[in-house]
Amino acid sequence: MTLPPPAMYPVACEVNGEKRLVRVRAADILLSTLRDQLGLTGSKPGCENGDCGACTILVDGLPVKSCLMLTVEAEGKQLTTIEGLKNSPVQHAFVRYQAFQCGYCTPGFIMNCEGLRNAHPHADEETIRVWLESNICRCTSYEEIQHAVRDVFTPKT
Amino acid sequence: MIPFDFDYYKPSSVPLAAEWFHLLQQQGKHPIYYAGGTEIVTWARTNDIHPGAVIDLKSVPECNVMEMQGDKLVIGSCVTLSALTAANPFPLLSETARGIADQTARNQITLGGNICGNIIYREAVLPLLLANSRIRIAGIEGIREASIHQVFSQKIRLEAGEFLVQIVTDRSDLSLPFVHIKKRQIGSVGYPLVTVAALKKDERIHTAYSGVCSFPFQSAAIDQVLNDTSLPLSARIDQAVGQLPAPLLSNVEGSAAFREFVLKQTMAEAVHTLERR
Amino acid sequence: MTGSPLEDRPPLAIEKVRYYGEPVALVVAEEEYIAQMAALRIKVEYELLPAVLSPKEALQSNAPLVHEHLDKYKRHEEVRPEPGTNIANRVKIRKGNMEEGWNNSVHTVEIEVTLPQSDHAAMEMRCTTAQIMPGGKVILHSASQSPYVIQRAISESFQVPLHQVIVHTPLVGGSFGGKAAVQLEYLAYMASHAVGGKAVKLVNSREVDMIASPVHIGLDAKIKLGCTRDGKLTAAEFVHLFDGGAYSDRGVVMSRAGAVDCTGPYRIDNVHCDSLCVYTNHPYSTSFRGFGHPELTFAIERAMDILAKRVGMDPLEFRFANAIGPGDTSPTQTLLDRSNLGNLPMCIAKLKAWLDTDDSPQYETHGHLVKATGVCCFWKNSNTPTDAGAGAVVAFNADGTVNLLCGAVEIGQGTRTSLTQLLAERLRMDERMIHIAPEVRTETDPFYWKTVASRSTFLVGNAILRAADDAIAQLKGLAAVVLQCLPTDLDVGGGRVFLKDAPATGLAIEQLAHGYTFPNGTTIGSQVIGRGSYTMQNLTLMDPETGKGKLGPEWTVGAQAVEVEWNTKEFTYKIIRAATIVDAGKVINPLFARGQITGAMSMGLSFSSREAFFFDEKGAVRNNQIRTYKLIRFGEQPEYFVDFVETPHMEAPYGLRGIGEHGLIGMPAALANSLTAATGVELNRLPLTPETIWRTIHDPV
Ligand SMILES: Cc1cc2nc3c(=O)[nH]c(=O)nc-3n(C[C@H](O)[C@H](O)[C@H](O)COP(=O)(O)OP(=O)(O)OC[C@H]3O[C@@H](n4cnc5c(N)ncnc54)[C@H](O)[C@@H]3O)c2cc1C
Ligand code: FES
Ligand code: FES
Repeated sequence: MTLPPPAMYPVACEVNGEKRLVRVRAADILLSTLRDQLGLTGSKPGCENGDCGACTILVDGLPVKSCLMLTVEAEGKQLTTIEGLKNSPVQHAFVRYQAFQCGYCTPGFIMNCEGLRNAHPHADEETIRVWLESNICRCTSYEEIQHAVRDVFTPKT
Repeated sequence: MIPFDFDYYKPSSVPLAAEWFHLLQQQGKHPIYYAGGTEIVTWARTNDIHPGAVIDLKSVPECNVMEMQGDKLVIGSCVTLSALTAANPFPLLSETARGIADQTARNQITLGGNICGNIIYREAVLPLLLANSRIRIAGIEGIREASIHQVFSQKIRLEAGEFLVQIVTDRSDLSLPFVHIKKRQIGSVGYPLVTVAALKKDERIHTAYSGVCSFPFQSAAIDQVLNDTSLPLSARIDQAVGQLPAPLLSNVEGSAAFREFVLKQTMAEAVHTLERR
Repeated sequence: MTGSPLEDRPPLAIEKVRYYGEPVALVVAEEEYIAQMAALRIKVEYELLPAVLSPKEALQSNAPLVHEHLDKYKRHEEVRPEPGTNIANRVKIRKGNMEEGWNNSVHTVEIEVTLPQSDHAAMEMRCTTAQIMPGGKVILHSASQSPYVIQRAISESFQVPLHQVIVHTPLVGGSFGGKAAVQLEYLAYMASHAVGGKAVKLVNSREVDMIASPVHIGLDAKIKLGCTRDGKLTAAEFVHLFDGGAYSDRGVVMSRAGAVDCTGPYRIDNVHCDSLCVYTNHPYSTSFRGFGHPELTFAIERAMDILAKRVGMDPLEFRFANAIGPGDTSPTQTLLDRSNLGNLPMCIAKLKAWLDTDDSPQYETHGHLVKATGVCCFWKNSNTPTDAGAGAVVAFNADGTVNLLCGAVEIGQGTRTSLTQLLAERLRMDERMIHIAPEVRTETDPFYWKTVASRSTFLVGNAILRAADDAIAQLKGLAAVVLQCLPTDLDVGGGRVFLKDAPATGLAIEQLAHGYTFPNGTTIGSQVIGRGSYTMQNLTLMDPETGKGKLGPEWTVGAQAVEVEWNTKEFTYKIIRAATIVDAGKVINPLFARGQITGAMSMGLSFSSREAFFFDEKGAVRNNQIRTYKLIRFGEQPEYFVDFVETPHMEAPYGLRGIGEHGLIGMPAALANSLTAATGVELNRLPLTPETIWRTIHDPV
């Protein structure tokens, strides 16, 4: 069986502040492109079906499940993955409260929290719950994550 | 990972989208319109659909509006559920949207995509059915407007090559008293066991359902019974359940017998709440 | 054929497919999507065979046989299949005199419980790569809890000498027992072999991971329990039918665990138990966090609650009165003492104190909301092979820092950090001076049986302590020559070797780490490399007729509670609070320990409240996605309370007991007990979704 080579699409976008150009199949999923072509393996596949949140990244500042997005849709967008964060308060809080065990869900949780900080810098408990229920952690009890996130959103005096 | 190839098109105007669809169809490409892509991507990866081309509507300006035009609220089909909830121009629609999937997924799921989707729930259509919204539809012949009741019966019924551009709702219907109740198997994320949306207009209660049968619906017969205040509520509800348009759904989320139990409760809760408003 | 203890599973189905999801073909391609496209073109025609879809069905005399040739399968560890039936293993406990036991009982209860199969659902799917080098060397990378088992399995199955099989295991994205099984590794090897040894990567999709790879075992159990008028337990009889699915894998060992600890942590002199691993046409099972204990605990603890009610005793007091203690014997007739058992009464007392701290009663109604509490106790013995062991190497760098080599896999439980702390403590040095790699490499790291059963701190920890002692002896020996004293005059700590009596006199470790060089250049000694290994001691197999035997070095005991708020109108509930008091032996890292316990509790609450495979009438799983197979999510977490009792286990490093699985064990039982208290109906079936509770109330058969 031979297949005709698939049409390849050039996609220009900004990834973690750097301009990137990739060539992809239209059917390529953004999560795979990030991991396999750009070597950004911080975003994790947990279901590839939009159900677990492990693949969450920011697209123009908003959390998005990168397993539900075609790479071609990223044309002209600003993408931020966990690799694009350096010393963010959310990262620090996750470490301080030991809000992870295996760490597989952690990049997704952190990126979702970053998105929440963009959208609601003073998010209340209910907003935090609604946003974070998009992500699944199988190791922790969520209590640790709640403590970490609460700390991030508590105004410091 | 999607185990086949398709072409990707991103038209920048309504006519272009319709035209390209037409052309691709003539070429035997089996095109489909693409909005949030959440259903297309997940169904394609499990090999349940095989489009030869997708036409992404998100760059069509008309599909992205959310504004009052005179005394009408116009929502573009590509407006995401989270944007809808955040702007909150139609509280019942916001509430309904907030019950679908999860917050992150709602950043991608569009109103048009949810209504035109193939999954059996299509919850976002419920408020539109209740508010008698009108739908602006584009095709190769241009744009037409039709009542939601004309184009949505169990599922969206468009002519080949047509797509949903906008949803138009009268201002007077936006702020009516409403209830929205979504019951799931367990937890606060998941498909509905029963979703009931209801509006009260001119002292009459109008209800619409998802998760109850294998399609979302509004039923004049059910609303008729529920509004018959000569009967006690429990009798009305027993009669209403007898008027379902199809057998109760039985699936992974719940059995038909349990759904009936939950449906009756939810109906009672909805009617009870609205009668007091 | 593959599988351990019983070789009953072909890596790809031969002749017949025994479960929905069983791999039938393998396609290798240059790109993942091309492989997938090709796989979709394979058309398989199946002839429909009659299926057995529950352990009970499987035991009926006319049930179709899942395996026709049980007698032909090779056996590794102890296992007793019964050819001509669907029984993969039967374990018996015969202790005391049943007749006498029943004669002394005034109250008895008899119940049946059901726990369906479910999934481990680690967030990282199982995946592996394999490559066969031109010289014959085989290199695998696998997200696994058992790299050394993979090494041996590949070696034995494909006749490659052990040293030619190299397995690397990086940080693993959660596993919970599901990654202890060897499955994809065989397929990846075969795939690589088919393409001339090229590197092949095999990654499960979530859908495949949930049903094709091994799952969490199910159980149908029948328990009869009796006690005297004043509530002293007298006799217990168990029939445990574990739903091992189509292949036995570790299911047979879990059926053994189901017998060994069948009574729960209670003193019962007369015990009769038949624990079976049964073949069905379900996905096959492998170890799951708690290893048979969440299941057996659900059975015994439901019966305990009902019996307490019969006697008219408070459920916690009833448990306290019957708590097993030093001088008693376990079902396998092991004599118990403080060291091997721990202190259950103390755990119960602490739990009681917690329950009593707020004044609210344990049962309370507010309109249509009912608040109720359920309790339970647990114990767990490790059921490891009698020869399970581990090794460790402690190698000093020239600057006095240390490299620690060992085979414990990091699966999120913090093992490699804890082990480093253990070593630092023994060497009395800053743990930041010890390096441990995140990944395990079988070719350089000393052997470790596998990272399961909360055994790493015990086995690997003991090996590390021995390696540390070996290194300390070497340091002292060398320093003694230089300082002209006896090694016994010396102590090691703070990066120095020094005289006990005159601590100011000594040598920095970096002066000794690679041998000591005198001012004239002469060097004595050489690199300090401590080595240590440890293997389970004095364990025995079980007597086939009575079950007598010593199956593990120690138990971990504990007591747990769950408080729910039940909505009598809607049949929904909220989990308000959940508590675990566990005898940890010794708590080294309190934050880690709490995280392990609450994480396991969360998993236990998730699994008992909602997780189950939904089979259609033909045995196909209908919820193989996280969309429809629900997991507990952020926001549903109750308030957690965790506290520890510390009764040292004398054989273990610092007296530690395993705690990685134990938070989970009693959650299903405590949840069911709380909901039973709230609803007033006996809830003996998982999962406890509103619908199953509604069914129990409306359709009690
Ligand atoms: C995690 C998760 C949970 C979910 N839970 C729920 C839930 O609880 N309730 C519920 O109702 N749904 C739920 N869904 C399903 C979800 O509703 C669908 O995936 C979504 O509605 C599709 O919207 P979309 O914008 O992504 O559409 P797309 O995937 O882009 O399109 C879906 C279909 O609609 C067609 N289409 C899209 N836009 C138009 C248009 N403008 N005109 C004509 N045809 C069009 C497409 O051709 C396609 O056939 C869930 C989805 C996810 C990922
Ligand atoms: S991998 Fe994207 S949501 Fe699970
Ligand atoms: S830390 Fe393992 S899944 Fe969250």
